Amino acid sequence: MSVLIFIDINEEGAVKKTSLEVLTYGARLAQQLGVPAEGLVLAPVKEDLAALGKYGVQTIHQVQNEALAHFDAQVYTKAIAQVAEKTGATVILFSNNTDGKALAPRLSARLKAGLVSGAVALPETANDFVVRKSVFSGKAFADVKITTSIKIITLNPNSFTIEAGAGTATVAPAEVTADLPKVKTVSVNRQSAEVPLAEAERVVSGGRGMKGPENWGILEDLAKALNAALACSRPVADAHWRPHNEHVGQTGGAIAPNLYLAIGISGAIQHLAGVNRSKVIVVINKDPEAPFFKAADYGIVGDLFEVVPKLTAAIKQLKG
Amino acid sequence: MKILVCISKTPDTTAKIAFTDNNTKFDAAGVQWIINPNDEYYALVRAIELKEADPATIIHLINVGGADSDAIIRKALALGGDEAIRVNAENLDSFGIATQIAQVAKENNYDLIFLGKETIDYNGSAVGGMVAELLDLPYISLATKFELNGTTATVTREIEGGEEVCEVSLPVVVSCNKGMAEQRIPNMRGIMAARTKPLKVVEPAVSDALTEVAAFSLPPAKAGVKLVDADNVQELVRLLHEEAKVI
Repeated sequence: MSVLIFIDINEEGAVKKTSLEVLTYGARLAQQLGVPAEGLVLAPVKEDLAALGKYGVQTIHQVQNEALAHFDAQVYTKAIAQVAEKTGATVILFSNNTDGKALAPRLSARLKAGLVSGAVALPETANDFVVRKSVFSGKAFADVKITTSIKIITLNPNSFTIEAGAGTATVAPAEVTADLPKVKTVSVNRQSAEVPLAEAERVVSGGRGMKGPENWGILEDLAKALNAALACSRPVADAHWRPHNEHVGQTGGAIAPNLYLAIGISGAIQHLAGVNRSKVIVVINKDPEAPFFKAADYGIVGDLFEVVPKLTAAIKQLKG
Repeated sequence: MKILVCISKTPDTTAKIAFTDNNTKFDAAGVQWIINPNDEYYALVRAIELKEADPATIIHLINVGGADSDAIIRKALALGGDEAIRVNAENLDSFGIATQIAQVAKENNYDLIFLGKETIDYNGSAVGGMVAELLDLPYISLATKFELNGTTATVTREIEGGEEVCEVSLPVVVSCNKGMAEQRIPNMRGIMAARTKPLKVVEPAVSDALTEVAAFSLPPAKAGVKLVDADNVQELVRLLHEEAKVI
């Protein structure tokens, strides 16, 4: 028996921040269950995997196979299933990010293992495997019981604090048989954002109140000062002021940063559905009746074109 | 070309969320039900666009649910589906729903299976991947563009911080995201035609639930907004630094 944690690797061969959250979560869960925590890496990696032991994982299974050089959910699932079987994994964990959302359901169907996607906490007790997840677009929680012997969980980004200790993991090569991928990657187009939106702890988001794409410079300055990612509301993405992958809301992405700054966004219910799991919400809007103020922790009623540059300057001053 | 579009019935976005039976069931009193927006705006409309480009295309709709799903199924038919299949089963988990969809798909040999990236009630993003695995088909999740060239599809999908373009041969399962298509409103001709389009009700295949909801709860209420004067942004920075400790 073990807890097996899928470790996501980015284009640069580095471990994604969301994987560090899942490693911490997995190590805590393994402790609860009294079994080892083990990691699994399928993609080429440039990092020292043994160092991931500081998050509480004892062994990292590293698969090096050319068929896995590019992500393909079908091929990856078969590889993960083989490692899970060899290691006797009874709990398999993923981040609830783009890859986790493609892999975990496939693996669930393959292994007939119950899946809770978008978990926000550890199971309350190890014996009665009930996991809390966010439902109704962040408007409620469901406590979901997994009734199968093998359990799969995807953890929502930013819902578990990364904890690092002093351990070192053993890196063990693992062999799998892998088919050639049926999905061929043609090109990858990454935005040059320094902080990926899904992983960002702070997010600066703009709405129609920004009046046009030419005004985004003041938000970029603020985001830079805060080391934050940029986001936008649906009308902004629809008007092509900003790329679709920055759109947060019910039909865009759902995020849960520590700080969400909503600037010139009225706060339609569909927008709130994507951001209401943010720990702290700050709203800047000249309309005091904007519905977003009801969901906010802090707010400024004022002209964003005057307030935002002052806010950026004040943050820079704080950071010295 | 045969396309299967999976549609789910969800509470309207603005529905009040409440629970009954000691917080174990969703309180449906007064709730308006809609087609899950991701299934409707993106999966169904993109399928309709493909049919418009090639009129020989057939669009089947599938819903797993009780007779109370028929209203949203008729709306989907009014938008442009050719015929619908409702698997008469309720309260299944994602795996149970995927099993029913896969069973119908196996009997009909679809070239494409489309569904929304997730439902807005359970937010699971699970059914598409499960269907693909049960059918041993490739799966492309979070697709923002889908183009067909014969039996090859070029699909753009969302990845962290950007997008990826990939190619795949049909058949394939695709979960659809914003960007695939734009919402449409059914016209009177579509609504009239939908009344006579076939809506077949089939009994479910045997499937096991792998999970069950033990209880629902609502998040704690917010304390209320703390307003800061627009001329005193230093105070907001102080609050975020000292009180909220987020900067």
